[in-house]
Amino acid sequence: MVFQHDVLIVGAGLAGLRAATEVAGKADVALISKVYPTRSHSGAAQGGIAAALENEEPDSWEWHMYDTVKGGDYLTDQDAAEILAKDAIRAVYELEHMGVPFNRTSEGKIAQRFFGGHTRNFGEAPVKRICYAADRSGRVIMDTLYFDAVKKGIKIYPEFHVLDLVFRDGQVAGLVAYELATGEVHFFHSRAVLLATGGYGKVYKVTSNAFASTGDGPALVYRRGLPLQDMEFVQFHPTGIWGLGVLITEAARGEGGILRNGEGERFMERYAPTIKDLAPRDMVSRAIYTEIGEGRGINGQDYVHLDLTHLGEKRLAERLSDISSFVKIYLGLDPAKDPIPVHPTCHYMMGGIPVNTDGNVTDENNRVVPGLYAAGECSCISLHGANRLGCNSLLDLVVFGRRAGLHILENLDRLPWIDPPEAPERDAVERMRRIRENTKGEKAVNIRRELQQAMMDGCSVFRDEKGLKKVVQTLGELEQRARSLSIDNSGNRFNTDLIDALELLNMLSLAEAIAASALNRTESRGAHSRQDYPERDDEHWLKHTLVRKTDQGVSIGGKPVTITRFKPKPRTY
Amino acid sequence: MLSFRIFRFDPESDKEPWYKTYEVDAKPGERILDCLNKIKWEQDGTLGYRMSCAHGVCGSDGMRINGVCSLACQKLVKDYAGVEEITLEPLPFFQVRKDLIVDMDDFLNRVGSMRPYLVRDQAPPEKESLQSPEDHRKVEDAIRCILCACCTSACPVMRENPDYVGPAALVWAYRYLYDSRDGGFMSRLEKLNEPNSVWPCANYFECTRVCPKNIPVTKSINFMKREIKKQLPQTGQ
Repeated sequence: MVFQHDVLIVGAGLAGLRAATEVAGKADVALISKVYPTRSHSGAAQGGIAAALENEEPDSWEWHMYDTVKGGDYLTDQDAAEILAKDAIRAVYELEHMGVPFNRTSEGKIAQRFFGGHTRNFGEAPVKRICYAADRSGRVIMDTLYFDAVKKGIKIYPEFHVLDLVFRDGQVAGLVAYELATGEVHFFHSRAVLLATGGYGKVYKVTSNAFASTGDGPALVYRRGLPLQDMEFVQFHPTGIWGLGVLITEAARGEGGILRNGEGERFMERYAPTIKDLAPRDMVSRAIYTEIGEGRGINGQDYVHLDLTHLGEKRLAERLSDISSFVKIYLGLDPAKDPIPVHPTCHYMMGGIPVNTDGNVTDENNRVVPGLYAAGECSCISLHGANRLGCNSLLDLVVFGRRAGLHILENLDRLPWIDPPEAPERDAVERMRRIRENTKGEKAVNIRRELQQAMMDGCSVFRDEKGLKKVVQTLGELEQRARSLSIDNSGNRFNTDLIDALELLNMLSLAEAIAASALNRTESRGAHSRQDYPERDDEHWLKHTLVRKTDQGVSIGGKPVTITRFKPKPRTY
Repeated sequence: MLSFRIFRFDPESDKEPWYKTYEVDAKPGERILDCLNKIKWEQDGTLGYRMSCAHGVCGSDGMRINGVCSLACQKLVKDYAGVEEITLEPLPFFQVRKDLIVDMDDFLNRVGSMRPYLVRDQAPPEKESLQSPEDHRKVEDAIRCILCACCTSACPVMRENPDYVGPAALVWAYRYLYDSRDGGFMSRLEKLNEPNSVWPCANYFECTRVCPKNIPVTKSINFMKREIKKQLPQTGQ
C-alpha cells in the first residue's frame, strides 16, 4: 500500500512524540514505530531530567551549560549546549503543565536532586538540578506525551519496521516500511522524514538497552553513504546489575549511594576527590574497570558494590523503588540491607546522525539534506560531546524533538511533494526475499552473539590499537557471513525471525562505524579511552569525527567543534 | 532441561490453536523471557511473542505463565522450582494475533476512554503548578502502571462482561481523578459512574494479585466507588 503524510516521524519515544505533538494540528503528521506504542526505550530512563530551576538551591543555566561542555570533555558544540541549558527550564515547566507527576518539595515545587557531573559555580560541588518522578522519570514523561499525542489524534503506525529511506534528486520523498502484523511492505510518501529511532546499545553484549535498540535510523543513513558523527563515543553506565546489564540509576548515588571495592574502600575518592561518586559516567566506569583490573573487585571477581544500605527503607521506597524491585527480583537481594553487585553496562551513544540545532541532517560537507531530520539518541547535534551527563538525555529529547518539529513546520513550504522513483520498495523487497529464500545460510543469532562479544572485548571502556584492529577484522568476517543469512520462519505474520536478521545487518554497519572511528582517534577523550594514547590531545583531535561508507571502504573525515563560552581546560573533578 | 509447553496459533494457517513443547537448558537465575529467546533463536524461529526492555518497564511481554498473567522478563526459572513443565499462553480476553501476541489496540482504547491526561480549568501558571508532597503521594501507586494489560486480561469480570472497561483503565482514571492539578474531578466521577466503569468490579482481586508493579488496583477501584457514593449520592449504585 501507499500511505501519504506531510511529515513522517520514525520512532515513538520521547523525541518522536515531542516532535509529533508540535507538528500536529498544523500539518499532517504520522508516527511509525517498530515497537508497540509506550514500549519505546525512553520509558526505561530512571533518574530524571536536568534543569536549573533553583527549587532546592541556587543554580543557573550557565553552570548547567558549563557542566554539559566539561562533561563532554569539550567536544560538545557549545551553541547546542547553550540552547539546551537555557530551554531546559521552559521544557520542564511544559512537561509539568502537561501532567508529568514530578516528586515535590515541601513547598509543592518540583523536587530536585544531585546527579553525576552536575555542579554549582563551575565545578565547586554537586548541585540539586535533577527533576524526577521517583526512578521512573522516563516512563511517566513518555506516557504523558503518548496520551497527549492520542488526544491530538496523531496517526500512529504501530509495529512497522523501516527498511529504506526514499530520495529523489537528493531530497527525501518518503520511506519504505515492513508491517509486522501482516508482512506487507508499504511505501510512505512524505515531504519530511524525522528519524527518532533511539540508540543501538545492542551492538554490545552487556547493555542496559532494549532489544529494539538496534540503530535502524543511523544504519539507513550510513547505508546511503551519508556520514555518521562521533561514533567512537559510547557511554558505559557504571552501575548495571552484574551479569544482566540492567540499569541501576545514577540517582542511587545522587541520593547518597556509595561505590565500594573488594576492600570496602570508597574508591571514587581517589579518582574524583571533589565530587567522588558523582563524577561523570565515563570516569566512574573507568575507575570500576581499573579497580577490577588491579584485583580489587569483590572477592576478586569482575564487579564492585553499590552500597545503598545507609539510605533507609523510606528513601528507597520514595525515590528508588523501581531499582529496589529490580534488585529483589533479579538478584534476590534487598538494597536496604545488601550491597548491590554492579558492573558497567553499555548505555548511550553520544554519536549518531549529524544534525544542526534545528534537527536538519547534514552531509559530509555540512550541507543540509533536504527533508531529512533526526532527533534524540540516534542523532548527534553534538550536544553530549565525548560523554553525556545523566539527565541531559531526556532533556535533549524534549528540547530538540520540539525544535525539529518547529523547524519542519517552518520549512514545509519549501519541501514540495516529490514524485517517488518507480517501485521505491523494490530494493527492500529484494533484500528480504534473498534472506527468506536462502536455505543454506546461517541464522542471525550466532553472528549477533559474536558481534556483541567482539565489541565488548575490543571496543568498550578501554581500547587500544591491537584490540581495535582485531574488532575490525572480526567485523569484516561477520559481515561476510551475514551475506548469506537465513531464517526458519517463512510466515507473514509477526515474523520476528526476519526482523532479527534485518536488525543484525543494521548493527553490523554501526559496529563497523564505531570501531573504525575508535581506531582512527589516537587520543583519549571522554568515553573514548585509548590505553595506547592516554592523554587528550586538543591540538590534533579537538574535532568531530565523520565516518562514511564509500565504494572504496570506510572513509573518515572531521568537522570543527563550536566553542563559544568555555575554552578547553584539563578535566578534573 | 525444562519443558515449555507453548500456545501456538497463526490465524492465517491454523484452524485451531495448538501446543508445542520445547526442552530448554534453563538456569535457575534466568528469566522466562531468556528461555523464550533460546527457543526462538536456537530451535524455532516461527514462535511469536513481544519483548523489548527485558526488565519490567516497557510492558511488552505480558503473557499467561502456568495460568497466571505475568511479565516473562520479571519471572525467573527458579520461581517455578519443582514444576515439571511451564505452560506459556497469550494474555486471555484479548484477541490472539499470533502465538503469544495479542491485540493491544482494544486495551489502549479502553485506557484512552478515561481521558488519561490533565483536564485544565484554567491556564497553567508561568512556573510549575504547585502540588504538595501529600497530594503527589495520592497518585504515586497509580503512576507505576506500565500498560502491560496483565490486570485487565486476568480479571474474571471481563469474561462475563466484555464491555467492562477493566482494571487498567480504572487505574488511569484514578491517576487523573486524584491529581490535584486536574480540573475535571466531577466530570470524571460521572464517567466513572457509568454502568461499565467502576461498578462491574466484583472484588475478585485478581488484578491486584497479578500486577507486576504491585499497584493496589482493587483498592483504588473501591476508593472511587466510595467517592462516587459520597459525591453523587442519587446515582451511586
